[in-house]
Amino acid sequence: MSSILFFIAGFGAIAGAIGVVMLRDPFYAVLALVGHLLSLAVLFLLLRAEFVAAVQVVVYAGAVMVLYVFVVAYVGGREEPIGERLRGRGPAGAQLRLGAAILSGALLVELLIALLGTGLKAVSGDGASYTPGPKTFGTPAYIGQLLLTRFLLVFEAASLLLTIAAVGAVVLARRRGGIDDEDGNGDGDARRLVLTPLDLIRPPETGTMAEGVGSRK
Amino acid sequence: MSIGWYLAVSAIVFALGAAGVMVRRNPLVVLLCLELMLNGANLALVAFSRMWGNGDGQIFALVVMTVAACEVCIGLGLIVAIHRRRLPIDVDELRELQG
Repeated sequence: MSSILFFIAGFGAIAGAIGVVMLRDPFYAVLALVGHLLSLAVLFLLLRAEFVAAVQVVVYAGAVMVLYVFVVAYVGGREEPIGERLRGRGPAGAQLRLGAAILSGALLVELLIALLGTGLKAVSGDGASYTPGPKTFGTPAYIGQLLLTRFLLVFEAASLLLTIAAVGAVVLARRRGGIDDEDGNGDGDARRLVLTPLDLIRPPETGTMAEGVGSRK
Repeated sequence: MSIGWYLAVSAIVFALGAAGVMVRRNPLVVLLCLELMLNGANLALVAFSRMWGNGDGQIFALVVMTVAACEVCIGLGLIVAIHRRRLPIDVDELRELQG
């Protein structure tokens, strides 16, 4: 039973990965990645990583992929013919693309040699012994205990990293210089000469929210 | 199934992701292929964690997911900023990083 499930999920994961690389429309590539992530969650379940599988489905296949779909819809992903790309119509020639394909094939062979050709006996085994239970290996209680005791520093570093990334995304994707500047009628120049105490902490034209909605210029 | 099968799947997914990063031109798809590589690494981590019956690999996989979420956050922010400036969304034409 578990081997049947493994082959279904493994083929799903590899097919999803091929879909991401080969599909022309970025929207379909995102959908293929969702399928890939769901198959990977099944593989995690087979490896007794229940909590990681749940996080994979909820955070990855749920939240992150919704973000991707939003950006694809906003940017309007251009279709990109991959066959033409491989034949080399563009700044980089066909040899480079062919070289990339050969390089990734060599990478696969090397990885397989490194992972499967190793002398490690445990690789061909089924893994450590496992007894089902409420606080056994891979359950939320087990992971939570590890995160809050042995890996507390890692946990805090991850939270700091997420905060920095959120601030960075806001800084990157903000609207610079207000709405009017996109149309070219920069009539706010005269009024910008009047400095207020607020300008010390928020200099003009730095893309604050007030500038974005046009209430402060 | 033995652990080796899971490692083989993770190697294939990683190599496919690497091929996508090198071949595709749309930065959105490049980010998706980056996700593929991270997920291949995650599968290997969880498989090794199962192999030793030790939860450290699963914690590592969760941290990798956090890093991937941050990377998506910044990457999509960059793509939106590029789109705002009406630059071509194409990694071959975006050769200069100067503002």
